[in-house]
Amino acid sequence: MGIFGSLIKKEAIHIVRDKRTMIITLVMPLFLLILFGFAISTEVKNIKVVTVVDRHTEMSRNIEQRLAVNEYFTYLGQAAPKDIDLLLRTGKIDAALFIRTDGNKLATQIVVDASNTTSAKTATGYIQGVLTGSSQSLLPILTQTLYNPQMKSAYNFVPGIMGMIFILICAIMTSVSIVREKESGTMDLLLVSPTKPGTIIMGKIIPYFILSCIILAIMLLIAYTVLELPFSASVFNVIILSLIYITLSLSIGLLVSTIVNTQLNALIISAVMFMIPVIMFSGMIFPIDNMPRILQYITTIIPARWYISAMRKLMIQQLPFSYIIRETIILGSMTIVLLTLAITKFKNSR
Amino acid sequence: MNSVVNIKNLSHSYGSTVALDNVSIEVERGEMFGIIGPDGAGKSTLYRILATLLKPDRGEVFVSGLNAVTDYKKIRTKIGYMPERFSLYQDMTVNENLKFYASLFGVSVKENYDLIAPVFSQLERFPNRRASALSGGMKQKLALSCALIHRPEILLLDEPTTGVDAVSRSEFWDMLSQLRKSGITILVSTSYMDEATRCERIAMINKGKILDTNTPANLVANLNENLYSASADDMFCLLNRLRTTSGVKNCYTFGATLHVVADNSFDPDKVSAQLTTDGLKNVKIYRTKGDIEDLFIKLTHDG
Repeated sequence: MGIFGSLIKKEAIHIVRDKRTMIITLVMPLFLLILFGFAISTEVKNIKVVTVVDRHTEMSRNIEQRLAVNEYFTYLGQAAPKDIDLLLRTGKIDAALFIRTDGNKLATQIVVDASNTTSAKTATGYIQGVLTGSSQSLLPILTQTLYNPQMKSAYNFVPGIMGMIFILICAIMTSVSIVREKESGTMDLLLVSPTKPGTIIMGKIIPYFILSCIILAIMLLIAYTVLELPFSASVFNVIILSLIYITLSLSIGLLVSTIVNTQLNALIISAVMFMIPVIMFSGMIFPIDNMPRILQYITTIIPARWYISAMRKLMIQQLPFSYIIRETIILGSMTIVLLTLAITKFKNSR
Repeated sequence: MNSVVNIKNLSHSYGSTVALDNVSIEVERGEMFGIIGPDGAGKSTLYRILATLLKPDRGEVFVSGLNAVTDYKKIRTKIGYMPERFSLYQDMTVNENLKFYASLFGVSVKENYDLIAPVFSQLERFPNRRASALSGGMKQKLALSCALIHRPEILLLDEPTTGVDAVSRSEFWDMLSQLRKSGITILVSTSYMDEATRCERIAMINKGKILDTNTPANLVANLNENLYSASADDMFCLLNRLRTTSGVKNCYTFGATLHVVADNSFDPDKVSAQLTTDGLKNVKIYRTKGDIEDLFIKLTHDG
């Protein structure tokens, strides 16, 4: 077996024998995907709602029935107007719908607990939907939700989680594994040997690249089966772009390892400098368009922003490759710059 | 050029801290050369420069006739470097470590096994034990085997006996003597003065400066001073009293006794009688022979 083979075998032993690493790298992606896919959801369900009706008519009963059968609502019946305030305060209900019959027409008012703006907005929207559907006097507003017709939050989160996981595994694991060798002094022996620095770097990068590919496969499998993302030929583009992004993350890890000298520092720098921006500024949770202009400029240097944006186009919108050329070029250039920088810095650290 | 390691006027600093100050050393081929000095004397810096891990600020270093700065790649195949901390992969087994280091140099364990056999034989019993589960002495032997596996011309051992029990230390020096017979030049550093006598020649280093270089016997022979050993029931009081006695140049603890360096005016019988009348019990002062440690103390004291 050549030097290269031995380096890879050695790294594989490090990964496999460290139970904690194995669990973190293989279980965490699954856990996060399932957590965000199912448990954490921006969909608002089970909105507890009551109605306040002054006169029972067919129209008001119609609305009540629609509320009762709608899966997004928990219809708690009718309440007296004076109780509404208390019910909202104590959290027994999330919204109240006042229905007044005025001649032949219905006048309605929605009172909603807006302490959580997201759920308040959604609840209002849903109730409006119920009202427009029942009111004969109004023309219903037709809304067509493209690409994610059921408004599943899993769709939105899968690209984000992938953007986060690869930074986490590639950047943190690579930097920690190199810095660990610096700490234990084994790096000195690697450098003292006739082995070329380039070979040493490749021996470090390739095992983590393979590990990342395994994780990518697992995540895509879960996304397309359990989370039921629409499957199409764009999956090839997803894989190609992910491989670029994985290489980019590995370069970041390598670069970090040339700068710091302890495993703890490597962990902190990778986490603070890469994890937090990925969560905050990548558009994974907070839409970039809503950010102040300065922050929007900052997001452009965060690789995850481009990756997630491209992934949404590919995985959810199912757009062909021509729509993600910009993202691919940006990620590709970032990869080349970072990798060159990391390798030069590593070689000079003799 | 017969010297296998040739260091000329080497200086190196870390920021404002001077680690090596105008160091010159020549080591002959096949020699067992000791670098003796306390912690922080600059030994490890010297080793890192010899191992081509560090570029020196000033001075020239030749290893096996090759310049350590320009020809570092060629030097790397000729040296076996064993850093101060036994740099083994803790999560890998004894055999895995050995095989890995062999493959790093493009050799097989088999072809060079004869060289490491005396060192490795004790480890053969547990080839599948992880390095982290080995005792200090075993780790040391494994690290030495790994440094030897590519049959280096020069073995650079940086404090190989630190943190190892006395029996293993003694065994280790026996192994080094054996290795030397196979023609390997050995450069070994230690902070244990008693180990100095196991080397053919030694360089004493302190605060980055070489104090003296010679054979241990010659060095000790140069220690032509009045040296006395002193003891009493109350050692601390004795030390304080002797330090203020006229004629005493230096007094320091040495094992269970005190060593007194004195000029010709010092009369041991008189001083011990005086100390006894002053209330100290069992005072004994007698002439003794100095060793490397005494010499080291003298050199650092004078310097």
